[in-house]
Amino acid sequence: MTLLHWAILSPFIMALFVPFFYKKFRQVHTGWFVLILPIVLFIYFFQFISETMNGVSTIESAPWIPSLGINFTAYIDGLGLLFALLITGIGSLVILYSIYYLSKEKEAIHNFYVYLLMFMGAMLGVVLSDNVIVLYTFWELTSLSSFLLIGYWYHREKSRYGAQKSMLITVFGGLSMLAGFILLSIMTNTFSVREMIGQVATLPEHSLFIPAMLLILLGAFTKSAQFPFHIWLPDAMEAPTPVSAYLHSATMVKAGIYLVARLSPIFAGSSEWFWIVSTFGIVTLFWGSFTAVKQTDLKSILAFSTVSQLGMIMALLGLGSAALHYDHLDKNIYLAATVAAVFHLINHATFKGSLFMVVGIVDHETGTRDIRKLGGLMTIMPITFTLAIIGTFSMAGLPPFNGFLSKEMFFTGVINAATLDIFNMQTWGALFPVIAWVASVFTFIYSMIIVFKTFTGKYQPEKLDVKPHEAPIGMLISPIILASLVIVFGFFPNILSGSIIEPAMAAIQPMLLGDNGSYHVHIYHWHGFNIELFMTLGVIAVGTFMIIFLVKWSKLYDLFPKRLTLNNLYDGGLVAMERSTYKLNKFYMTGFIRDYLVMIFAFMIIVLANTLVAKDAFTFTTANSAPIGVYEVILTLVMITATITILFAKSRLTAIISLGVVGYSMSLFFVLFRAPDLALTQLIVETVSVALFLLCFYHLPELDIKKKPLRFKLPNLIISLGVGTIVTLLALSANGTKLFDSISSYFVEASYKEAGGKNMVNVILVDFRGLDTLFEITVLGIAALGIFAMIRLRLTRGREG
Amino acid sequence: MRTNDLILQTITKIVIFIILAFSLHLFFAGHYTPGGGFIGGLMTAAALVLLLLAFDAKTVKKIFPVDFKKVTAVGLLIAVFTGIGSFIFGVPFLTHTYDYFDIPILGETGLATAVLFDIGVYLVVIGVTMTIIQTIGEDE
Repeated sequence: MTLLHWAILSPFIMALFVPFFYKKFRQVHTGWFVLILPIVLFIYFFQFISETMNGVSTIESAPWIPSLGINFTAYIDGLGLLFALLITGIGSLVILYSIYYLSKEKEAIHNFYVYLLMFMGAMLGVVLSDNVIVLYTFWELTSLSSFLLIGYWYHREKSRYGAQKSMLITVFGGLSMLAGFILLSIMTNTFSVREMIGQVATLPEHSLFIPAMLLILLGAFTKSAQFPFHIWLPDAMEAPTPVSAYLHSATMVKAGIYLVARLSPIFAGSSEWFWIVSTFGIVTLFWGSFTAVKQTDLKSILAFSTVSQLGMIMALLGLGSAALHYDHLDKNIYLAATVAAVFHLINHATFKGSLFMVVGIVDHETGTRDIRKLGGLMTIMPITFTLAIIGTFSMAGLPPFNGFLSKEMFFTGVINAATLDIFNMQTWGALFPVIAWVASVFTFIYSMIIVFKTFTGKYQPEKLDVKPHEAPIGMLISPIILASLVIVFGFFPNILSGSIIEPAMAAIQPMLLGDNGSYHVHIYHWHGFNIELFMTLGVIAVGTFMIIFLVKWSKLYDLFPKRLTLNNLYDGGLVAMERSTYKLNKFYMTGFIRDYLVMIFAFMIIVLANTLVAKDAFTFTTANSAPIGVYEVILTLVMITATITILFAKSRLTAIISLGVVGYSMSLFFVLFRAPDLALTQLIVETVSVALFLLCFYHLPELDIKKKPLRFKLPNLIISLGVGTIVTLLALSANGTKLFDSISSYFVEASYKEAGGKNMVNVILVDFRGLDTLFEITVLGIAALGIFAMIRLRLTRGREG
Repeated sequence: MRTNDLILQTITKIVIFIILAFSLHLFFAGHYTPGGGFIGGLMTAAALVLLLLAFDAKTVKKIFPVDFKKVTAVGLLIAVFTGIGSFIFGVPFLTHTYDYFDIPILGETGLATAVLFDIGVYLVVIGVTMTIIQTIGEDE
C-alpha cells in the first residue's frame, strides 16, 4: 500500500467519519469538513501532470488476492490522470455548491456525504485501477452509490423509481462487462490491462475476441447512457442537483467513455469496434438532442443533452480508431477525432457542470424547473443569467467559448470520416457529417431554449411558489469557477493540449506515437474559412429560424405513438418479469418443509444416481478396509435399533431421545477411530441440539398418530429408499476409490512448521483455511439473527414491508 | 418453563464451574491438543444450556446479563480485525504468525495470532448458540 492507494481509498475512510462530524458539530455544515478531502486530492493528483507530460506513468501495486493474480494496481497515465482531476476538481466544486444547496437543518446531509464520498472513491478506483477485477469492483460501487444518491429523497416515488431503473440498467451492463473481462483474461492469461495491451498482436485472431468486445461495450454503453440504454439518465434527475451535476454529467456517466478509451488499444484495430462505437455514438447524439428539444423540465433538457453529448464523445472515439488503419503519414488527420473526444470530455464537464448548477439555482430560488412557468428572470438574477449564457453558448458551440472549439474539431472528425476508404465507409460514411450537423442544429435549439425561455420573455410571478431573487454568493462560486474555465479554455485551449490532451492521447492510441514518442496537439481558434466554419454558420442560421417557428414544427413530436417508447418497453418488461417470477415462486414455494425435503432429496437422487451411472463410478473394494471389531458391530446395532425406534415412537419425547442415541453413538465411533476433535464436537453439538429440541418440543402440537391411521405414500417410500441407497453406494465407492494422494501428510508436516500448532484440525480451521472459518461464523451469525428476527420481531400480518 | 428440581439445581451449581473451566481449557489448549474456539465455545454454550434447563431463562439472564447478539457481533469483529491486522505488515488478509516468548510464571509459551482469531470464533459460537436457544426458549 502506497500513498497513491491511500489516496484512492481516502474517500471511503473519510466517509466513516462523516456521521461523527455530523453529530459532533451540528452547527457547522458537514460539507465543510468533506470539502477538504477533494481539494487535497486534487492538489495531489495535479502534481502528476509533470510526470505524465514527459510520458512517465506511475504504477504502484499492492497484493489483494495474489494467488489469483488479482492485485490492487494503481496506475496513473495521461487518461487516468485526466479523469482523476475531473473527479476531484468537479467534486470539490460540487461539494462547495451542495453546502448551500442542501440545508443542514432539513436534510439528512450525513447520508448524502457518505454516499457522495463512496462514489468519489469508487470513481477514482475505476479510472486508476490497472486490474480489471478491481476496476469492476469499483465500477459496481459507482452504480451502487449512484443508486443511493438518486434515491436520496426516498419518500418520493419518482426518486425510488429512477434509482431502481438506473441500478437495474447499469448493473446489468456491469455484469456483462465482468463476463467480457473474464473472457479477455482467459485469452491473455492476465487481469492487468497493461499486460493485455502488450499481447494485442495475437488477440484479434482469438475466437473469444468479438464476444469479449461486445460484452464490454454493453457495460460501457449502459453506463454512458448510449441509445437505447439512455432511458435511465433522465429519471436519474430525481437526485439532488449537485448529484446530477457531478454524477450524471461530469463523472460517472463518463466511466463508459473512459472504458472505451482505456480499452481502445486492445480493440480499436477491429472494424467491428469502429462500426459499433461510432454508430451507437452518432445515433445517441442525434436521438438525445432531438428528444431534448421537446422537454419542458430544465433538468430533463440537460439530461437528454448529456445523453447526446456523451454520444458525440463516443462517436469521436470510434471514428478516431480509424487512424490505426492508415500508415504513418496521414494518421494525424484521423487522430483529430480522438483529440476532439478528449478535448470535448473536458469542455463538457465544465459547461455542463456549471449549467446543472445554474438550473439548481433557478430551481432553488423559484421553486420550479418548468420552462412554461419560468421567464423574465434576467433582471432578477443577473449573475445566474450571465453564467447561463456562457454555459449554453458553449454547449451550442458558439465562439469564443470552449464548446465552439471542440465542436469544430468534431465536425473535422466527421468530415474526415466521410472520406475514409476502409470498412465500406465509402457508402455509409457520408451519413456521419449529415447526422452530426442535424444533431448540432437541435443542440443549438435546446441550448437557446434553456437560456431564453428561463431568463427572457414574460415574467410570470403568479406561477411561482416563491418570490425569486439572486442566489447567495456561496452557491455562485462553483458555477462561476466552471464558467471561467469555459472562457479560459476557449481563449487559451493550448494550455490543455500539452499538459492533459497529449498524455491522454498517448494512453488511448499508444501505437501511433510520433517519432519523439509523443503526440503534438495544437488547437487553433481561427482555422480559416473552411467547411467546418460554414457548417457552424449553417447551424446558427437554421437553428435560429427553427426556434422562431418552434410552435409550428414541434407538433412533429406528437406524431410519435405515445405508447411505443423505450420507457414503456422497460416498464412492461419489469412487470412481466415480476409476474412470471411470482408464478414460478408460487409453484414451488409451498410453505411446507415436507415438500421442500421431497424436492431436495429427489434432486439429490437424480443428480447423484446419474453421475454414478454415467461416470461408471461405483466401485467396491475391501482392500483398504480395516477388520471390523466387536465395538463397531455393537455400536452399529445400537444405532439401527435407535433409528427403528424413532419410526415407531408413540410420543415425541421418545423420538427425540432415540435421535440423541444415534448422535451419541456416532461420537463414540469418532472416539474409536481416534478423532477426538470430531468426537468432542459431535458430543456437544448433540447435547445442545437435544436441549434445543426439548425447548421447541414444549411448543409443538401433540403427536396424534393414534387418531389418524398412517396412509401409505409411495413417493415418500421411493425417495427415502433412494436416499438411503444412494448415500450407501456413494460411501462405498468413496471408500474404494482413490484418485489423488491424501493431503493429510502435508498438513501433518506443515501445521507445526508453518503455523506453530500441534493440533492439525485447529490449525486448518483457524489458519490454513481461516477465510472459510470466517465466512462460516458469519453465516452462523446471520442465521442466529434470522431466527431472532423471525421469532421476536414477528410482524403482524398485512402490515409487513 | 417452570422447574423445581432440587437435585438437578444443586448439581448444576457445582458442575457448571467444572464445565466452564474445562471449556476454557479446551479453548486454550486448542492449538496443541484437541479443542479450539469452536469446541470451546460450544462447551460454554452447553454449560449455559444446562443452567437454562435447571433454572429458568430469567435466572440465567440475571447471572449472565449479556446480550448474546452483541457477543456474536464482537466475535465477528475480532475475527475480521485479526484478518485486517495483517495488512499493517503488508501481507495478505488473514496471514497468521507465531512466536515463542518467555513469560513469567508460565515459562516459555507459544503465542500465535491465530488465537486472536480463535477468540472471535469462540465468542461467535457462544453468541449464536445462546441467541438461538434463548429466542426459541422464551417464545410463548
